[in-house]
Amino acid sequence: MRRFVLIAVPYLWLLALFLVPFAIVFKISLSDIALAIPPYTPTLKDGLGALLAGLDFENFVFLTQDDLYWKAYVSSLQIAFISTLVTLLVGYPMAYAMARAPEEWRATLMMLVILPFWTSFLIRVYAWVGILSTEGFLNQLLLWLGVINEPLTILNTNWAVYIGIVYTYLPFMILPIYAAIERLDESLIEAAEDLGCSRLQAFWLVTIPLSRNGIVAGCFLVFIPALGEFVIPSLLGGSGTLMIGKVLFEEFFSNRDWPVASAVAVILLLILIIPIILFQRNEQRQQEAEQ
Amino acid sequence: MTKTMLSTVAALAVTATSAMSEEVRVYNWSDYIDESLLQQFEEETGIDLIYDVFDSNEVLETKMLAGSSGYDVVVPSGTFLQRQISAGAFQKLDKSQLPNLDNMWDVISDRVGKYDPGNEYAINYMWGTTGIGVNIDKVKEVLGEDAPVDSLALVFDPANMEKLQSCGVHFLDAPVELIPAALNYIGEDPDAQDAETIEKAEPVLSAVAPYVQKFHSSEYINALANGDICVAVGWSGDILQARDRAAEADNGVNIEYYAPKEGALMWFDNMAIPVDAPNPEGAHKFLNFIMDAQNMAAASNYVYYANGNKASQEFLVEDVIGDTAIYPDAETLENLYTTSPYDARTQRTVTRMWTKVKSGT
Repeated sequence: MRRFVLIAVPYLWLLALFLVPFAIVFKISLSDIALAIPPYTPTLKDGLGALLAGLDFENFVFLTQDDLYWKAYVSSLQIAFISTLVTLLVGYPMAYAMARAPEEWRATLMMLVILPFWTSFLIRVYAWVGILSTEGFLNQLLLWLGVINEPLTILNTNWAVYIGIVYTYLPFMILPIYAAIERLDESLIEAAEDLGCSRLQAFWLVTIPLSRNGIVAGCFLVFIPALGEFVIPSLLGGSGTLMIGKVLFEEFFSNRDWPVASAVAVILLLILIIPIILFQRNEQRQQEAEQ
Repeated sequence: MTKTMLSTVAALAVTATSAMSEEVRVYNWSDYIDESLLQQFEEETGIDLIYDVFDSNEVLETKMLAGSSGYDVVVPSGTFLQRQISAGAFQKLDKSQLPNLDNMWDVISDRVGKYDPGNEYAINYMWGTTGIGVNIDKVKEVLGEDAPVDSLALVFDPANMEKLQSCGVHFLDAPVELIPAALNYIGEDPDAQDAETIEKAEPVLSAVAPYVQKFHSSEYINALANGDICVAVGWSGDILQARDRAAEADNGVNIEYYAPKEGALMWFDNMAIPVDAPNPEGAHKFLNFIMDAQNMAAASNYVYYANGNKASQEFLVEDVIGDTAIYPDAETLENLYTTSPYDARTQRTVTRMWTKVKSGT
C-alpha cells in the first residue's frame, strides 16, 4: 500500500499538471472558431454527443497548408539550438571554474549565479533594451572606447534574441554542470595524469565524460524553454524574428483563433516530447547494458 | 510550525478584510489617464481602485472572450467594441446610475453609435487619429527641408523610408490601422472588407517593412522622446505625449504630430462593463466619475487626447482645445475616416498578411 502511494504521487503530479491541461488544449485544437465566450465551438455545454461530433482535425490540416508554421518551427529550432550551444560554451567554463574554486568561495560564487533570479525576469529582459539600444549603454561605451564610429544596431535583431536567451538561461546551464563537476573525484584526474595524460587530455577524457549528465540536463533546461520562448523575441527581437511563440501569440490574440493556436501548441509539444522520450529510452537501455 | 500557522491565519484575516472593502477593477490603455484622478476617485467614493493597463485591443479582446476577466471597466476601441458586443461580452449600461451622461458630446456619441447603436453598452472616453510623429530636425537632416512630413508618402514611399531607416522608424503593431492607411495611400477604400482589395495593401507595406525598425504599439512614445527613432506611425495623443516628454527632458528633441493630408483613421476608445463584472455598481460609479466635466478635462489635459464630453471643453487648456492635432478643425474632420470590424475569415487574411509584411514569410 505504501509503495502504491509512493508511486501514485508522481503520477498524480503528471496527471494534474501535464495530462489534464494537455487534454484541454488538445480538445480545443479539434474545435472550430466562434464569436462567443469562449471563442470556440463546441463546448461541454452543448452536451457530450454534440461535442464529440463537432471535433475534427481541420486545424492540423490547415497548419500544413501555410508554410508560415513550418518556417516558424524550423527557425525556433535553429535559434534554440544555437542558443543552447552558446550557453554551453559560456556556461561550462564558468561551472568548471566554480567547482574548482577554493571551497570557501563556492557558496559565494553559487550565490552570484543565482542572484539575478531575485529580480523579475521581465525587468532583466527590459534592462537589455536599455543596454542594447542605439543610444544605449553598450553603444555609448564602444563609441567612447573608439571601437566603433557608428552605433551598432543590435536591439530588434536576432543578435539581441541570442544575447537575451543566453543571458537568461545561463544559470540553468551552470548549475547542473557545476553539480556534476563538483561531485567528480579529483583523484581520477590525478590517476589520468599519472598514466601519461596531459592536463588537456585528462580534461577531455575524464572530466567531460563524467560531467555528461550535467551537460545533458543543462542543455534540456535551456533548449526546451528557449524553443517556445515568447518574451525575449518580442521584447528584444525585430519584426523579422520568426519564432513559434510569436506565431502562437498572433493566432491567439490577433486572430482570436484559439483552435488553431491550440493546434500549434500541440505540435510544439510533440516536437519536444518525442525526442525526449527517445533519449530517455536510449539512456535507460545504456544503463541496463552497463549493469 | 506555530509561526507558519500564525502567519497563515494572519494572511487569511488580511484577505477577509480586503474582501469586505469595495473595489473596482479598471483595465485601460497605457499612458491614458492623469493618475491623480485615480486617487481622487478613491477619496470621493471610498472604493478601492485597481487600475491595470494594456497596449493592444487584441490583448483586451482575448481577455473578454475568455470570460471571467475580473475587470469591472474595460476600454475597447470602436470595431473591437462592436465585435465584443455581438459576442455577448458586455452588459447594457444602467443609464439611471449615470447622471453625467448629459455632459456627453452628441457629435462623438453619434459616431460611436456606428459600433454601439444607441450607445447602449459604452460611453466614449477619448478619441483621436492615427498619424505620423516626426522628429523634425532629424527628418529634415535626412530628407532635406521639403520632407513630406504631412503626407503618407513619408512612410509608404520606399525611397523616403530607405533614407529614414538610418534614424529609425517605428510602426504601430496594429494591422487594423496600418492596412486601412496603406489602402488609403493607394486610393482604395480604407474600410474595404473584401480580401481582394485588402490584399492590395500588402505590396505597399512589404515595400517599406524592411526599413521599419520595430512594429510596436507603445514603445514609440519613449523612443521618439529620447531621440532613438525619428519617425513613428502612431496614435495622436501618444505622439503629443512624446513631444512633451522631450520638452520636459530638454534634450533638444523636437517632435511634431501630423494627421496625413490624404486622410487619417479616426478611432474611439470607449468604456464598457463586462457582462460578468464583479462590481457593476462600482463600475457605473467610475463611469459617472469619468464623465464629470472637470475630471474628463483633467484627463484630456494630461494625455493630449480629445474626449467625447462636451461639458469638459470649457475646462480644457488652450494647448489641448486649441490644437488642431487634437481637436481637428472642420476641414480635417471631414478628411478623417472610420473602419468597421472584419469577420473571422477576413481577420485571418489580415493577420496573415501582417505576419508576412513583418517577417517576410
